[in-house]
Amino acid sequence: MNQLTIHEAHQLLKTKKISSVELTKACLNRIHQVDSKVQALITVTENIALKQAHKADELIANGTNINALTGIPAIIKDNICTKGILTTCASKMLGNFVPPYNATVIDILNTCGAVFMGKANMDEFAMGSSTENSAMFTTHNPWDLNRVPGGSSGGSAAAVAVGEAIYALGSDTGGSIRQPAGFCSVTGLKPTYGSVSRYGLVAFASSLDQIGPLTQDANDCALVLNAIANFDDKDSTSVPYAKPDYNQCLNTDLKGLKVGVPKEYFVTGIQPEVETAIRTAIKKLEDLGAYVDWEVSLPHTLYALAVYYIIAPSEASANLARYDGVKYGFSYQDTGNMWQAMEKTRQYGFGDEVKRRIMLGTYALSAGYYDAYYLKAQKVRTLIRQEFDQAFEKYDVLITPTSPSIPFKIGEKTNDPIQMYLSDVCTLPINIAGLPAISIPAGFTDDLPIGMQIIAKPFAEETILKTAHAFQQITNWHKQKPAL
Amino acid sequence: MKLDRKEVLHIGLLARLGITESEVDKLGEQLSNILENFEVLQKVNTNGVLPTAQSIPLKNVIKKDEIKPCLPQSEILANAPRKDGEFFRVKAVLE
Repeated sequence: MNQLTIHEAHQLLKTKKISSVELTKACLNRIHQVDSKVQALITVTENIALKQAHKADELIANGTNINALTGIPAIIKDNICTKGILTTCASKMLGNFVPPYNATVIDILNTCGAVFMGKANMDEFAMGSSTENSAMFTTHNPWDLNRVPGGSSGGSAAAVAVGEAIYALGSDTGGSIRQPAGFCSVTGLKPTYGSVSRYGLVAFASSLDQIGPLTQDANDCALVLNAIANFDDKDSTSVPYAKPDYNQCLNTDLKGLKVGVPKEYFVTGIQPEVETAIRTAIKKLEDLGAYVDWEVSLPHTLYALAVYYIIAPSEASANLARYDGVKYGFSYQDTGNMWQAMEKTRQYGFGDEVKRRIMLGTYALSAGYYDAYYLKAQKVRTLIRQEFDQAFEKYDVLITPTSPSIPFKIGEKTNDPIQMYLSDVCTLPINIAGLPAISIPAGFTDDLPIGMQIIAKPFAEETILKTAHAFQQITNWHKQKPAL
Repeated sequence: MKLDRKEVLHIGLLARLGITESEVDKLGEQLSNILENFEVLQKVNTNGVLPTAQSIPLKNVIKKDEIKPCLPQSEILANAPRKDGEFFRVKAVLE
């Protein structure tokens, strides 16, 4: 029962063939059964979940017209504020932080009657590609427990892959929803910047961060997006736009769809099995009537990594200045004056990667280097965005691998930051340009998952979901489950 | 761009990270490696290109001047590491 999709579970709940309590208990059993191996969750909220499930069952019994998410178990990444529930960001700095308010997406899900199962592990402050930067523990890839689940939303992705919940929310700053979705063989959508409120999402890089769903298929992504995409005046970057019913765009006919395959995403460092799987998958779209141009070129892709690793740490260094040990979070008091207390608080509260990025950002923004690094990166950001704009005049979607490699071994890249950063080389250009993109399962090599990324112009999630859904109607990759 | 010890310690101080002597060499090497990878940007011609701060630009986002309920003091102070009555307690700022 815990492996049902949202749309399947919703039908069964509506027709009273199952109850939300039964579904919730099935997921809780699964958590008790496998989470000691996978370690996807930092907090399990069993009592809250059962209470919410009972409430959902009451609504159904009373004949209330329920929505698609009512009574459906969800897991939330631990950087999304949940009132009264520990929200750690997988950092010692917020190890004891209980938010006094809900993120807007949590308020929305509460209104929908959602069931919260727990909070998912991640890289500390969402900085990382493997969950190895979590100050709590490393999540294991359910397809091979010796490998990473990807990151930073690795806990969310692994939890959905093993059925600890029906869906999860993650956040994506440079690939943090899509790369773990690819590594764990689930479907993960990073919506257009500004379409989902960031209010209550612990800030990492504010011009890049975006909340989105991790689900078992594109249809479920559409259902979650229908709920969480909303204008919110609490987020000054929230964009008012005419939201369609994303569930209505799902059909299987791709006739006339123009697909571009940018060759820069298939060059240096890509694993040959990944390239083969993605090319085979794109041919399936041709079978569905899509027109495919295999020779698209986006030359500025080459600069995206440098642009990202200047802009994201710069914004992070400013955002994380708030952790001073005074208002909330970890505080080191056993020292002399105020400055020493602040330094010790940050020295012991932050992990290595967080410190590395704060250092990088502080440097890029410091006097004498601002023009050479930060301003230059912002200008190249403009060029990357313009290049995408031009491509979308000709193509409806662009398709690439989600990551150049399959899930790597735990410990394999921890001593080499650059190698770790390269794991996101296909996903971070999309955040730089603010575009929507999805990762869907597109095959396996040696029993390890391969993800395919579908990108569209801003607010064209419908086109992405339609393409992904059509692909999932003629393939079974998304239905494969890890043997755990 | 190679960062020397002095620069690493200076940035560490600006960011108030309490960087210790034992971390300086490793951090300096890692940061230098990363900065080296940024050099590629100098090859891009950005003459006349405007910088992008927000990918989906909005103009004049103004909220209505309305009074709305806010969190009670007790909830705001609930997470305070040190408090004194209705105040956050901090070490002396001026000595």
